[in-house]
Amino acid sequence: MILFDHVTKVYASSQARPALDDVSLEIEKGEFIFLVGPSGSGKSTFLRLVLREERPTRGQVWVLGKELNRLSNWKIPAMRRQIGTVFQDFRLLPNKTVFENVAFALEVIGKPSSHIKKVVPEVLEVVGLEGKEGRRPDELSGGEQQRVAIARAFVNRPMLLIADEPTGNLDPGTSIGIMKLLDRINKLGTTVVMSTHDSQIVDQMRRRVIELEAGHVVRDQSRGVYGYAR
Amino acid sequence: MRATFVASEVGTGLRRNLTMTLAVIITVAVSLGLFGASLLVRAQVSTMKDFWYDKVEVSIFLCSKGSDTPSCAGGAVTNAQRDQIEADLESLRPLVEDIYYESKAEAYARFQEQFKNSPIVDNVTENALPESFRVKLSDPTKYDVVASAFAGRPGIEQVNDQRQILDKFFRLLGGLQLIALLIAMSMLIVTVLLIVNTMRVAAFSRRRETSIMRLVGASNFYIQLPFLLEAALAAGLGALLAIGTLIASKAILIDQVLAPSFQFTAFVGWDAVAGIAPLMLLTGVGLAGLAAFFTLRKYLRV
Repeated sequence: MILFDHVTKVYASSQARPALDDVSLEIEKGEFIFLVGPSGSGKSTFLRLVLREERPTRGQVWVLGKELNRLSNWKIPAMRRQIGTVFQDFRLLPNKTVFENVAFALEVIGKPSSHIKKVVPEVLEVVGLEGKEGRRPDELSGGEQQRVAIARAFVNRPMLLIADEPTGNLDPGTSIGIMKLLDRINKLGTTVVMSTHDSQIVDQMRRRVIELEAGHVVRDQSRGVYGYAR
Repeated sequence: MRATFVASEVGTGLRRNLTMTLAVIITVAVSLGLFGASLLVRAQVSTMKDFWYDKVEVSIFLCSKGSDTPSCAGGAVTNAQRDQIEADLESLRPLVEDIYYESKAEAYARFQEQFKNSPIVDNVTENALPESFRVKLSDPTKYDVVASAFAGRPGIEQVNDQRQILDKFFRLLGGLQLIALLIAMSMLIVTVLLIVNTMRVAAFSRRRETSIMRLVGASNFYIQLPFLLEAALAAGLGALLAIGTLIASKAILIDQVLAPSFQFTAFVGWDAVAGIAPLMLLTGVGLAGLAAFFTLRKYLRV
């Protein structure tokens, strides 16, 4: 699913220290991964490399069977359609309703409206937002907004879901609901890679944990916890 | 491809950016209006050239008794000289298309007709006017061939090309056209810069949408299409305004005002307008599309 082969990423603005330094790891299909580590440890860079928003300075990144360096620009959209993305700040369109926000993801890749009318209610049911199709984001709680974002990421039934601190803006109770949803999506067959600072969640879920520090993988543990010293 | 979705995106974009859109429409209209006007002046000059060059003649004035040019030292032109000149003109066919001899009496009659309202007629006698050959050339630009063959020959006082007088006038019109074209070009540059900025603002004001589009895997084409259509639509509206102005100028300024007052010359027809209008539309929409495309390539990357 994802393979990092001696990947180093150095940003032009900070030549001195690489954001990722010679990282090699593999993520199998169907796994649920927690990516942990302090701010600046390279979690976001890792996710951006998977999405091909950045290119590695050295090494190869394989996603969904393709080496991203060799993927030409015009093939990137097709690749991203197989990857769902969720962010800490939800990234919803404030002037569109719940239904329209999810439908937007399908409209912009040219899906016919008959298809949209069928799959959007389905995915809203999966994330538990049935009956709230007509609401706007500012009429929803944080947890509900994140469910809309997850519905949008999952509506294409992607092979891979990237979640960048999806519970970072939510209280613990709401976070548990979001984690149950992501777990459910994982059980439906989608590989989930989630970066987080939330030790409680990691400790409860007992999934594979990859810990980064200063651009290095310092721990890769199946059924891990957030950190030894905490 | 979802046409209704793209159309609604375009509509939203235009409304959200209304002042910039208006600015684009107006600058496109003004610059293309000038562009079209300069093309129309060029068409007018070429119409007048066709009209007048068809009528201009080379006049070969023959010596009369009082002529004081060196070639007339031998006094008035002799019959032999006149015959020789005519024979030489004949030998220049087909460049020489038409030869017409104007006698002193005919010259006097024409002079009287031309200046019938002027007191000068009373002071001029038939003898003061020279006899001449009026020569029409198949290619009026080859005047030099005739001039070099006849100027300075005994019996010939002067070789005159009417075209040279007209050319001064055409040069004036040509200069005006060039100025209009230069202003139009600088306006077009302003327009392109304005469109570049408009696209930057539009891309910025919709960065949320476009970032989501990128994430969910919308193609570049799909992301850029609404912006391109907005630019093309605004430019197209401006071009239509300019074309409307051009048609109004032809219908009112040329056909109703100028043509009745200057009946002796020809004016551009509707065919010229019909040729210029599509060019204006194409220039406007094409320039806007290109400007938008290159701006978006920079601001909306995958």
